[in-house]
Amino acid sequence: MSPVLRLFGKPWIWSWLAAFVVWFLTVTVSLGGGTLGLSQAALTFAAFSIIVGIGQMFVITLGPGNIDLSVPATMTLAGTVALKLMNVENGMILPGVLVAIVIGLVVGLCNYSLIKALRIPPIIATLSVSFIVQSAAIWTNRGLRIKPPSLLADFTTSNTFGIPNVAIVALLISIFAWFLLEKTIYGRWISAIGQSMPAARMAGIPVDGTRLVTYLFCAVLASVAGYLLACFSGGAALNMGSEYLLMSIAVVVIGGTAVAGGDSNVPGIWGASLFMFLVVSMLNTYGLGAGIRLIMTGLIIISVIMLAGGRRAGMR
Amino acid sequence: MTFRLSSDTMRLAIPALSLTLLLAAVFWLQPRAMSYVGLNLLFNLAVPIALATIAQMLVMAVNDLDLSMGTFVSFVACVTATFLRDAPVIGILILAGAIASYAAIGVVIHLRSLPSIVVTLGMSFVWGGLAVLLLPAPGGQSPDWVRWLMTVKPPLAPMAIVASVIIAVVAHLVVMRSSLGVLIRGVGGNQRSVERAGWSIVAARAAAYGLAGFFAVLAGVALVGLTTSADANIALRYTLLSIAGVILGGGEFIGGRVSPIGAVIGALTLTLAGSFLSFLRISPDWQIGAQGAILIIVLALRLMLNRLEKREKRR
Repeated sequence: MSPVLRLFGKPWIWSWLAAFVVWFLTVTVSLGGGTLGLSQAALTFAAFSIIVGIGQMFVITLGPGNIDLSVPATMTLAGTVALKLMNVENGMILPGVLVAIVIGLVVGLCNYSLIKALRIPPIIATLSVSFIVQSAAIWTNRGLRIKPPSLLADFTTSNTFGIPNVAIVALLISIFAWFLLEKTIYGRWISAIGQSMPAARMAGIPVDGTRLVTYLFCAVLASVAGYLLACFSGGAALNMGSEYLLMSIAVVVIGGTAVAGGDSNVPGIWGASLFMFLVVSMLNTYGLGAGIRLIMTGLIIISVIMLAGGRRAGMR
Repeated sequence: MTFRLSSDTMRLAIPALSLTLLLAAVFWLQPRAMSYVGLNLLFNLAVPIALATIAQMLVMAVNDLDLSMGTFVSFVACVTATFLRDAPVIGILILAGAIASYAAIGVVIHLRSLPSIVVTLGMSFVWGGLAVLLLPAPGGQSPDWVRWLMTVKPPLAPMAIVASVIIAVVAHLVVMRSSLGVLIRGVGGNQRSVERAGWSIVAARAAAYGLAGFFAVLAGVALVGLTTSADANIALRYTLLSIAGVILGGGEFIGGRVSPIGAVIGALTLTLAGSFLSFLRISPDWQIGAQGAILIIVLALRLMLNRLEKREKRR
């Protein structure tokens, strides 16, 4: 097989192609003006979906039924508590990050202990936890909007060598996730569990430990994304995570990760996140209203999954 | 004496028990709720949630999951508050089209063997977009007959209770007693054996989705009857509430094991949980959280009873 053909066999290539086509269409309409601005905005906004999506991807890889619905609530809680703790002081940035990570760990632990102890499906366990976490966020927030420390606000909204800083953070996290998934025994374990849990157990894989770590990882990534998003948008809002529930799942699926579990890939998350943002901005450029934009987004998700599903069926 | 409960009765006993306990607690905290008006106020908002829960249950009976329930009910609410009032014929045609597209989604999911979560996720954007197109800002008005239906005061029991009972009985007859219901649950239980027996799986799935669409339409209409106007985001939380209601009512994600009566009870329990907490004078901040806690407690209870049952069997 030639290298080009092999490239087209990769599950993530389609999301990249789609993202590129949409980018091209938008740029042609605006006649090349604002190409740099569009690319930077796409990288910035995609970065948040990438961080959240990678966590969700690890969970979905664990197999059918595994999904984390507590992502939006975790983002909101981490954002509000961290900003409250930092209280606009630059010296408190590090404790703020630590608190966000601790919140992620606690939420992840709650998620998995419910799944394990009560033997309830992950979708319900994470849903119940998300209700509690959401309440905690409402309780701590109290409608106050605390500004992020100036250093952090500058960091999240500026660029290094023309690349948005949040995109660089997302890139570092992606490389780490890719390494975990492809080069470590842990990555092999989650794929094995996703393909068949009984078989993985027979093979002596520590199934419970692996699943626990995966849920912890997903929640921590969600809280980090919430922390960054709150700093980027100049304060935490109670509804700031809500769009990331559907987004995190959509990004994973469009990126070519098998929904049935056991097969995942990191580059696809990038392609899909960029694609999702670029679609919105393309429809904006064409001057379409919010309603049409939502409908188009939905139709695109469905057509992508129909194409991808057909492709996979053909290969096997 | 050997008095044995069938597993189906056990399945229903736990949700019924939790609802009774919660209701007793509410009455104990606030005896004035124990009246015609009090009960109506407690359960008013449960009617649309119960209908949406039945819809979700039908989808779950064929091992799928509908993530577009909330946006679909919002869309129906918008249609009800605009077209169904101003141009009833067009309104009814739109709603019939919506039910048909639900059935079509079922066919597409089956034919291409797609994950239902993703397809309905995509559809949730489509319904949301349509709702925004119809009502960019909150508004519209409920048709008079819908308003009348939801506020009518039948003798003996308040409307909310009567409606819940009717919903439970109708859903029970359709899902548990009709041959179509058996077929739908059979697809969830063992698709291959249903297929070998000569039934069309595509038709069964289309029927399950179409019925789900029908109940979801009823949920949207009922909701507008209560709120008198609509908004594109009016029912977004129904997606998660309906899933939680089915599970609380003893349903399961796979295997076609569902219980319509349990689902209605689950929806009532979720609604009541909110009132219970406000009677406890817990700050409204914790309302959602407490619903989550109640969900966890009921599921823990169910696990305990299941274990007891197993231990009995082993003896």
